[in-house]
Amino acid sequence: MEFILEPWPWYVAGPLIALVMFLLIFMGKKFGMSSNLETLCTVCGAGKRSDYFNVDWKASRWNLIVILGAAIGGFFAAHLLSTDTSVEISAETVSNLEGLGFFSAGEAYLPERLFSMEAFTDIGSLAILLIGGLLIGFGARYAAGCTSGHAISGLSNLQLPSLIAVIGFFIGGLVMVHLLFPIIF
Amino acid sequence: MKRTAGYLLIGIFFGIVMFKSEAASWFRIYEMFRFEAFHMYGIIGSALIIGIIGVQIIKRKHLKSFFGEPIKIASKERGFKKYFFGGIIFGLGWALAGACPGPIYTLIGAGYISVVVVLIGALGGAFLYGLLRKHLPH
Repeated sequence: MEFILEPWPWYVAGPLIALVMFLLIFMGKKFGMSSNLETLCTVCGAGKRSDYFNVDWKASRWNLIVILGAAIGGFFAAHLLSTDTSVEISAETVSNLEGLGFFSAGEAYLPERLFSMEAFTDIGSLAILLIGGLLIGFGARYAAGCTSGHAISGLSNLQLPSLIAVIGFFIGGLVMVHLLFPIIF
Repeated sequence: MKRTAGYLLIGIFFGIVMFKSEAASWFRIYEMFRFEAFHMYGIIGSALIIGIIGVQIIKRKHLKSFFGEPIKIASKERGFKKYFFGGIIFGLGWALAGACPGPIYTLIGAGYISVVVVLIGALGGAFLYGLLRKHLPH
């Protein structure tokens, strides 16, 4: 059972993600997480401001239960199924991050500079998280899907639109990491 | 009720996989975009190979759901601009905040309270898209 407490290798995780998609398909639904953002907007009354949100959110209730589960799963994984949550990224990445001022690389699950309680009171870190979130939410709804909906579900179904979206994801990610990170950090 | 329990269990399983595979780690996303490890490519690639084979089987054999209903896997609407531009915007955020819309909840559950700020941002972003969509190229 020791291996469960260790980080899971890609060849375990990948097939299990495919299994999640199949379980949802066999439940008569689909694997796509970002539509929940829209549903939550509707629940909060966004339909008063835009017809886009004027839908019956109860039809999407099942997906809200999935993300509730995803949060509970995160709790179990972090507190019951892990002895050490530091992420062993490559030595190259660690030294590169140190150059940008990230000193928790290789020793934590998330960078302390952005996600620690100290960072929680730092305007710069908060702004980065908020802007990151805005781009995620805006982009995922504009592209009508995110990593789960396009990169896994859409590509599994050989959908050209999903390939276009995934190419977009990578263009955006590469621009952020290689061109904008040296300016931001 | 049975179905609700099913969704909850699938979600819990998904959250555990996201956390334990480190796909929910900012560091892994950064490393992926620097092409300095195979890990994330292995996760997505192996999920995809199995996904493609499984979806083909489901479609060709006309498999039924757990509840005996026919399975419909919808095609994505055709288009280019919304997928391309939306994708780029999403990618910028994915790399900056280091979380996609699934792991956001997983990280909050794991106790990373500051990820709530990312979630608030993401809800704001989705809301903004709803307000502006008529003016955007699709």
